Amino acid sequence: MTEPVISASDLSLTFQTGDGPVHALKDVSLDIAKGDFVSFIGPSGCGKTTFLRCMADLEHPTAGTITVNGVTPEAARKARAYGYVFQAAGLYPWRTIGGNIRLPLEIMGYDKADQSARVKRVLELVDLAGFEKKYPWQLSGGMQQRASIARALAFDADILLMDEPFGALDEIVRDHLNEQLLALWAKTEKTIAFVTHSIPEAVYLSTKIVVMSPRPGRITDVIDSPLPRERPLEIRDTPEFLEIAHRVREGLKAGHSYD
Amino acid sequence: MKRIVPVLVVVACIFALWYAGSFLMNRAWVMDQAARAGTEPGFSEVLRDTMNQDRAKLPAPHQVAAELYDGILDKKVTSKRSLVYHGFITFQATMAGFALGIVAGVALAVAIVLSRVADRTLMPWAIISQTIPVVALAPMIVVLTNAMGAGSLMVPKAIIAGYLSFFPVLVSMVAGLRSPDRMQLDLLRTYGASPRQVFWKLRMPASLPYFFASLKIAVAASLVGAIVGELPTGAIAGLGARMLIGSQFGNPMIMWSALFAAAILAAGLIWIVGGIEKLANRMMGGQRA
Amino acid sequence: MTGTMARIAWPLGFGILVLILWEAAVRGFDIPPAILPAPTEIWDAIQRSTHILWIDWVQTVVKGALTGLILGAIAGVLAALAIDRVDFLRRGLLPVANFVAALPIVGVAPIMVMWFGFDWQSKAAVVVVMVFFPMLVNTLAGLEATDRMQRDLMRTYSASHAQTLGKLRLPAAMPFIFNGLKIATTLALIGAIVAEYFGSPTKGMGFRISTEVGRLGIDMVWAEIAVSAITGTALYGLVALIERRVTFWHPSQRRG
Repeated sequence: MTEPVISASDLSLTFQTGDGPVHALKDVSLDIAKGDFVSFIGPSGCGKTTFLRCMADLEHPTAGTITVNGVTPEAARKARAYGYVFQAAGLYPWRTIGGNIRLPLEIMGYDKADQSARVKRVLELVDLAGFEKKYPWQLSGGMQQRASIARALAFDADILLMDEPFGALDEIVRDHLNEQLLALWAKTEKTIAFVTHSIPEAVYLSTKIVVMSPRPGRITDVIDSPLPRERPLEIRDTPEFLEIAHRVREGLKAGHSYD
Repeated sequence: MKRIVPVLVVVACIFALWYAGSFLMNRAWVMDQAARAGTEPGFSEVLRDTMNQDRAKLPAPHQVAAELYDGILDKKVTSKRSLVYHGFITFQATMAGFALGIVAGVALAVAIVLSRVADRTLMPWAIISQTIPVVALAPMIVVLTNAMGAGSLMVPKAIIAGYLSFFPVLVSMVAGLRSPDRMQLDLLRTYGASPRQVFWKLRMPASLPYFFASLKIAVAASLVGAIVGELPTGAIAGLGARMLIGSQFGNPMIMWSALFAAAILAAGLIWIVGGIEKLANRMMGGQRA
Repeated sequence: MTGTMARIAWPLGFGILVLILWEAAVRGFDIPPAILPAPTEIWDAIQRSTHILWIDWVQTVVKGALTGLILGAIAGVLAALAIDRVDFLRRGLLPVANFVAALPIVGVAPIMVMWFGFDWQSKAAVVVVMVFFPMLVNTLAGLEATDRMQRDLMRTYSASHAQTLGKLRLPAAMPFIFNGLKIATTLALIGAIVAEYFGSPTKGMGFRISTEVGRLGIDMVWAEIAVSAITGTALYGLVALIERRVTFWHPSQRRG
């Protein structure tokens, strides 16, 4: 067993609000191994996004420890260990698609020739070759989100943190992007942490599904998927797939108080 | 508390800088006087003399405060040297111009929203009107209103104030009247509403928050217009006229007290109009533009 | 192209119509030129006195307004960038600056004339003070205009303050800065002319207007007004044009 890429133990995060403390995360422990595709699923307020933001050093846990690549999230962030994909594409409207992908490369000080080569490569990876000179607002929502994934891939971080990246897209576009994401994952062998609220999406994509529940935000179930790594979209009609989906749904129900 | 402290510190710093500036700018005169008298003043004497000159280059804050107190509270309000008297003259012109600006702004906005021709012809000219320096136009407005028999300076001053204040109202009202979206307009269409009904039942109420939001800017612009209107028009009463008189007689205290009286008047007007805006927002259920 | 043509043709036609009505009214009602000269008479005055108009224009617009506008705008933006670095200053200065921006700052004109003399330096100083606050307030508002996600993204790249400023916050602030600049251009002309009413050398648009009114040279006054109107509109148009180039990506500019 090799060192986990991301390791959290007894992680807690409490926000102080006007209505008293809110326990966004309480005693969360989880290991993510290299090459895993881990989905976090749960109702809103269960802390799945907060957990992801802790890995990215965008939130600071109030108790417990978390390491990324064996170091603190801050050190990992400074070493540019991960790419982060947000709910919205968040592309800068004043930059072309190519310019947006070049943004992290400029900040991290890659030389010009390398920048161009990388932009070209990741655009092909997300199937956007030929759109380099377009502006984001000239593209569809699905294409914009693909460009934002390309932006996260451009600097070759081994970890990809994705916060409901396809949440705002319609089902058909989402299916297509899910398929592409799996292909990309197979090609690049990255470790991916993926937040979603869609059960089929979580089951279809993941090697490991983490079910979470709110008040306080915690992990209620961790499911290791028996599905093969190679997954055509049709796999969603197989009994194995439906069984895992059923288990996830039960886990969500158990953690939910319906108050 | 958290929001007040930084503001207080900044204001205190401004006063400290002001005092320092007074000392530095007024010192030359003190040293000059001393050189003529053949004396060598010590630091404390220089400091004292820089803080109490009648014709200081930069009067110290307490001098301006004393002059303001004198001009506002110590003089009879009918006195020609009372800042209340001059302030009231400017206030009247401001209010008349404000009213004029609101009427003109709303009327133009309605025309622009209802008529495509008005939109295309008037909107560019409304923008151009604001790029023309109104001070250049001011003397002609006086000449023309006189020729039409206005008799006093109040009318041209109000027109100049209205010229500056109609624009923010116009821009906000156009945005407000156009704020209902496709869905809301379609809903009224399904009711078979007439254009008149669409205007009164949807566009007009939807524009109210925008209207009130524009008033603060409009009243501040109106005051600037009223003051500017007093400068090239040969006015002898009003805060702008006071500044002119202070300048002609080389009396910095008159200029500074008039400037601060104008600032106080502006703050008061903005505060009152802001209060009206808040009240209106509350009555309309707390929606904001 | 027809759309652009119509956008220009309608207001232009309206302007020409007003001029024709003006001309007709002056001739029809025999309005004396001491009250309102006809547009053709004003045009004559412009042609007759191009030299004087040019001297006045250089004095008021180039030396007074533009110098002040450039200095004041740069100072406003730089001050905003400095204030932005210190959170305490921002929280303290923003309300104060917002308040001052709403005051009738033209009132500093006599003081500046007293400090800097009758020539263009005092006019530029008035313009600097008038322009400074709208630029400061708008730039500060613009620097706040990025959303949390965009700032988080820069954080995940562990970008430095300068990098976040240069690559994210300044570009995002541009629409606000240009908004301030548009306000500033109109204020600059007003400030430069107002300051001339408090004393000036024997040239300048404000000086000419006040002396010609006294000599009943009303056609000359209107000539100066025409020049100032064209200057004001051209300056505003120039800023709007640059804005279109710089903030082409902003939804308000994305047409066609």
